[in-house]
Order: sequence, then C-alpha cells, then structure tokens
Amino acid sequence: MLELEGLEVFYGKAQILQGLSLSVGPGEVVALLGRNGAGKTTTLKATMQMLPVAGGQVRFRGEDITGSDPYRVARAGLGYVPEDRRIFTQLTVRENLETGRQAAREGVPRWDEAALFELFPNLAERAEARGKALSGGEQQMLSIARTLMGNPACLLLDEPSEGIAPVIVTEMARAILRLKREGLSVLLSEQALPFARAVADRVAVIDHGRVVFEGDFSALDAAPEIAKRHLAV
Amino acid sequence: MGPILAQILTGLANAGALFMVASGLSLIFGVTRIVNFAHGSFYMLGAYIGWTLMQVLPGSFGFWSAILLAGIAVGAIGAFVEIVILRRVYAAPELFQLVATFGVILIVQDLALMIWGPQDLLGPRAPGLRGVVRILGEPVPKYDLALIAITPLVALALWALITRTRFGILVRAATQDREMVGALGVNQRWLFTGTFALGCALAGLGGALQLPKGGADLLMDFTILTSVFVVVVVGGMGSLPGAYLASVLISVVGVFGVTFLPQSTLALTFVVMVAVLMWRPFGLLGREEVAGEMGQVGPPEDPIRPAGWPVRVGVALALVVLAALPLYGSGFAVILATDILIFCLFAASLHFLLGQAGLVSFGHAAFYGGGAYAAALLVRHAGAPMELALLLAPLSAGLLALGIGFVALRASGVYFAMLTLAFAQLLWSLVWQGGAFTGGSDGLVGIWPARWADPNAIFYLLTFALCVGGILMLRHAAHAPFGYALRAARDNAPRAAASGLDVRRLQWAAFTFAGAMAGLAGGLFVFAKGSVFPNELEIARSFDALIVVFLGGVKTLSGGWVGGAVFEAGVDWLTRFEYWRLTLGLVVLFIVTIAPQGIVGTARAFWARVQR
Repeated sequence: MLELEGLEVFYGKAQILQGLSLSVGPGEVVALLGRNGAGKTTTLKATMQMLPVAGGQVRFRGEDITGSDPYRVARAGLGYVPEDRRIFTQLTVRENLETGRQAAREGVPRWDEAALFELFPNLAERAEARGKALSGGEQQMLSIARTLMGNPACLLLDEPSEGIAPVIVTEMARAILRLKREGLSVLLSEQALPFARAVADRVAVIDHGRVVFEGDFSALDAAPEIAKRHLAV
Repeated sequence: MGPILAQILTGLANAGALFMVASGLSLIFGVTRIVNFAHGSFYMLGAYIGWTLMQVLPGSFGFWSAILLAGIAVGAIGAFVEIVILRRVYAAPELFQLVATFGVILIVQDLALMIWGPQDLLGPRAPGLRGVVRILGEPVPKYDLALIAITPLVALALWALITRTRFGILVRAATQDREMVGALGVNQRWLFTGTFALGCALAGLGGALQLPKGGADLLMDFTILTSVFVVVVVGGMGSLPGAYLASVLISVVGVFGVTFLPQSTLALTFVVMVAVLMWRPFGLLGREEVAGEMGQVGPPEDPIRPAGWPVRVGVALALVVLAALPLYGSGFAVILATDILIFCLFAASLHFLLGQAGLVSFGHAAFYGGGAYAAALLVRHAGAPMELALLLAPLSAGLLALGIGFVALRASGVYFAMLTLAFAQLLWSLVWQGGAFTGGSDGLVGIWPARWADPNAIFYLLTFALCVGGILMLRHAAHAPFGYALRAARDNAPRAAASGLDVRRLQWAAFTFAGAMAGLAGGLFVFAKGSVFPNELEIARSFDALIVVFLGGVKTLSGGWVGGAVFEAGVDWLTRFEYWRLTLGLVVLFIVTIAPQGIVGTARAFWARVQR
C-alpha cells in the first residue's frame, strides 16, 4: 500500500531523516514509535510531500509520488491528520467536514457526514458549532473525520492520543480499530506505547531519523533493550 | 431634514463602488495574503471596458449587460495576471508582492492610455434612470437610488457565496490555513486564481457601475486606491460587513465634508480614520494581522558587515571621481548627476527604513515632497535664504514623520503600509487644494539657490557633500547600536522587547530619521529644479523609491543608493519614450520573477560563484 524507501529530509543543514525505510500493507495499522524529535512528524509530512524530500522515494499503491504536490497526494487517496489538528476554527463542524470532501474511490471505504457522525457521536451533537468552540478531543475527532471525508485508502495519523482526556483516548482507539475493520491502512505516530499496542499490528521504532526496529509487539517485547534505548519509557 | 437626508442618500450611493473595490481587496488579501495595490487599476479597467461596451450595446438591457460583462472581463484579466505574475511571488517577501502589483499598475496605466486616449470619458446616463426624484423636496438622482439598492444586493450575493457554497467554505478555510487545505486535496492554485479573479471582477463591477456618476479617467486608479485603503483600515481587513460599514461611513462623511468644508474633504475622512484607529487598531470589525504568519518571511538574513578595504578604497575612488565631475563632465552630465545624487539620498533613506527597521512604508514621498515644500514655502512666504531653508527642510520633514509615525506605527505590516500611503495622499491633496499658499497644481516656481551656489557646478558640489554626508549618516546609524537594536526588533519584535528594547519607540525614531533624510533630499531638489509641484508627493513618487530599493536589493546595505543611481539614470533615458511606464512595469515584473535579489544581491551571488 505505502512504501517509504531511504527517505532523506533536511531542515536547513540539519538532516532529520537519514535514509528512513518502512512499509504499510493493505489493511494494516503500523505505529511509528520514537521520542520527541526522533523524526515522526517529519516522516509523515515527507510522506505527504509537505516537505521537500532530498533523497529516497515514496510509493503509494505502486506509484512513485515523490515530489508531487500535496494536493495530488491527497487526491491519490492518502489522508493526512496533522499533529496539532489544524481544524479551521472559524468554520463550523459541518463546514470543516466539507473542506475534506472528495469523490468516492473504488475499493476503499466510503464516508459521508452521516457515517462520520455515527463514528464520532460527539461531533453530531456539535455539528453547527464553530471549530474554536470544540474541546481538544473533539477537535482531534473532527480532524480525523475531515480527512476521512476524502475517502482515503491510507491514513497518516500524527499522534492521535496526544493531549486529550483518557476517556477520549479510549474512544479514539475504538475508532481506529473500526477504521481498520473497514479495510483502511493506517500509519500513526505515537509516543505512548500502550495506545500503540491497543491499535497497531506492527511497530516501527525510529531514532535519529532511522528505523531501528521493525516488527510486531511480541518481537518488541522480546527485545526490551530497544524500548529502553529508543523510547521514553 | 430634507437636505441632510439627501446628503446621506448621496453618501450611500457613493459607497457602492467603494464597497465593491474594498471587499475585493479584502477577499484577495484573506486568501493570498497579498495586498493588491493594482486593485485600483482593475477598477479603472472596469470603467473603461464598461464605457466601450455601452457604446456598442444599446438600450437599457445593453447598459446593464455592459456593466456585468465589464465585471466578467476584468475578472478574466485578473485571472491572467494571477497566473502569469502573482503565482511566482506568493512565497516571496511582502515587498516583492507589492512591487509586482505596482508593475501591474504601471502597465495598466499605459495600456489604458494607448487604448482609450488621454482625455476623460464622460459616462453615459443609465437608460430609464436619467432624471431625479424629489424626496422631502430635495432632488435625488434616480441612478443614485438604483445604486443604493444594488450595493446591498451585491453584498448579499457575495455573503451567500462566501457562507453557503463549497468555494466560499474553501476560501474561508484557506484564509486560516492554506497548507492544510492543500493537504486535504484542494488544488490551492485554482482556489487562489478563483479568489483573485472574483476580487478583480468586483473591482471591475464597481468601476463600471459608477460610470454614470463619475465617468472614466486615467487618475481613477490611485484616487480609489486611497479611499479603499482608508475603508479597509477603518472596516478591518478581511471583514465583508466591516467593508460595507466603512464604505458607507467614509462616503457619508465625504459628502458632508464637500458641503460644509469644501477645502478639506480628504482631511475629514482622515480625521475619522485616525479616530477609529486610535480606538481599534485593526479596524471596526477586523482581527489582528500578524505579518509573516503565513511563511512569507524570507530566510534569516546574514548579519550586515562593514565592507572590507578593497570595497572601501573602490568607493573612495569613485567618490573622488564623482566630486571632480564638474572638471571634466558636460553641463548636462552635472545636472543629471545632481538629480541622481538627490534621488540616491531619498532612496537610501527609504532603504534604511525598510532594510534596518523592516518597515514597508508606501508613503515615503510625503517626507521627500514635504521637505521640498517646506523649503519652497520658507523661501516664498518667509523670505528665508537657501541655507536656512536647507536646514529646516529635513527638520520639517522629520517633524512630519514624527506625527505620521505616531499614528501609522500603531499598526504594523500591511496596515502600516496602507496607512503611510494614505497619509502621503492626504498631504498631496492638502497641497493640491492649498490655493495661493501652496500654489495648488501650479506648484511653487522661481525658488533658486543663493547667489554663491547658483552655478551648476557649485550647486552640484553642495548636493554632493550633503547627499554623500546623508548616506554616510544612514550607514553609520546602521552600524551603530541603534542599527543593531532596529534589526533585532525587525527580526523578532517580542524577543527584542523582552531584552529591554522599546520596539515602538525605536521604530518611531527610525521613521523620523528616515523622514528627515528624505526631507533633506527634497529640499535639495527644490533648489536644483527651481520649483516644486504636488507630484513630488504623489503615490507614484513613493513607488519610485520602493522600486529603487527593490532594484538595489533590500538585504544589502548599499542597495538604496546603487538602485537610486541606476533608476534615476534609467528613467531619464526611459521617459524619452512615449510609453515608458509600460516598459518600466515590464522591467519591474521581469526583475521580480527573474532576479529577485536586486542588483547588488545578484552581483554578489554572481561574484560568490566566480570565486568558487
């Protein structure tokens, strides 16, 4: 579904991604784990082509999308949910959803307003509220729902559990599992190991812009020094 | 009661065109973050195109279709301009965008001159709406009533478009976070083009709608621009209701001004603007605009270093060669060199303001012309000798800058740019309407240097000493702690403030200093030419200086005077052609898109490549 191969990204002279490679299979949920500054957000943004990729390749559904415009990447069926949510605070919940709307895609779960309100009942109650009036958790739901309106084949989720109430985190995990059941592929970045464990099939641990471990949770548990050295646990 | 009601109705009718142009400007700024200084030009095009169409299309139906078609045509022209020019400068610093839109102004001016000729065109009367209606005994033109009805309808349609359609939702979303809109699969390019075209179409519609009231002429682009800036500043950038409210307020105030204080129409408008601004710095319904919040701030600048000895020796040699010019140059060369030196000082003063303080002033001619008029008025009315006039010119301009800076520096970024332009235009209109005191459009003539300085060669040397001295003072200020503090405030105002710098006061001082230097240049100008006319205060003069700074390169210390020399010499040559504005506009656009680092910057980059 999605393959990153030898990605290199620079901020000025500092190299943030140093040849990062990983892949997400169809219907698979992969958690990108790592400390603050390890390169998680950069990986997702580079995948989306929102940052200039200096080396390597991003392939999505077999096609090389490296260097294309972010809007083309989104139209190819890659959905992006940013870390800081970035919902449009002056727009209502309904209007926010409208900004994400794209035509339905073949072989990919279809979403509309009604389906999303069912997935996130909190949003249904606040359909006419402005984005700025929502709580942090509601904003996170709206951000995900807005991207789902584009009927993506693969979702990039940047730290979905960050800074929201524990009750909402549980709800978020349930929603992600539901997406997985619908057949969506997901690449999510995460600092919290328990949340990743609850939703992901596989993990990729990154440090200093490189993947230092890739495998399922039993393999991760079998190598405790990985978590100790590369994760904030 | 009757007369007052009639006045209010006239004001409401006048508000129509103003609202359409202002809302278009606001809309474009919201999405693209570009202040379209060419918006007045699109308004002018709307009037001219509408006029032509009305000649062809007959009757009532023809009249109204002509207005609609003019709007559509101007929208299409706007789309063309956006695709060909603006797309290349979205990521560039503010100044580039402003200069690019100014290039468009120049080109449109000459194209309009070419196509429609220099004479003012009388707008045709609207069929079926020729007469007047008596309201409380006062005659009110029927067309005014039509305009009063049409404007809210346009406003309503615009409001529906923005709030009810997908396009409107995307426009509002892009106003807040355009990168995110792109990541959601929306092609921003077409969204930008669409918004720009819509904004231009509104301006064109406004231009065509006011034809029966005002006709079409070649000055209407700058005339409307000033009023529109005032409206946008008063109403708040990006707010449609604000634009409507402010258009009505400004128009009604303007109409009452004509009746009760005919000499001070513009001044009265400005009193209203200053009052609003003191109370709400971001307009009645506006929100704070943070400069550069959309990633338009260029990469961090390298620190400025004093030039090394080879450059110093070179400059010293060049100065000697320049000082000796009267020994070997022709009479014409000496006169031209005098003009160039004066212009260099003027440009260097703006360059200081822009480069060191990061303040993009669009009304720097206020101080150049202000200094010029101060000197001329002193000679004419107080019989001051040249020496005293030259001493008081920079002081007066400095005082002027102190006053204007007090108000304008309450705002920042685009508001600041618009305010400075509006103030310069106010000064221009005061001088224009100043009657016998300022000479009005006839200017003040016969102001010659003192006898000892009268020979061209001597006056040249005097100019040389004062201009080089002025430029060295500006350079010195940039390398003094004052310069460090200014650059700190420019690069990060909150941090500078946290380090104990009074940012606003620093900027105020820089504004005043630059104003005084421009005033010195203006004072010299009067004695070099023997006369002064209101066009030294014009918007075009301010833009000349901006283009020069841009030509020279903002991020280089020498950019101001290098650009000044090239520009003044180039314009002297260019103005021999009939359509020199067109040529200059094309050159400006060429530089904006091809060599955005300016002369000094490009030369430096070239030199760095050669050395490697």
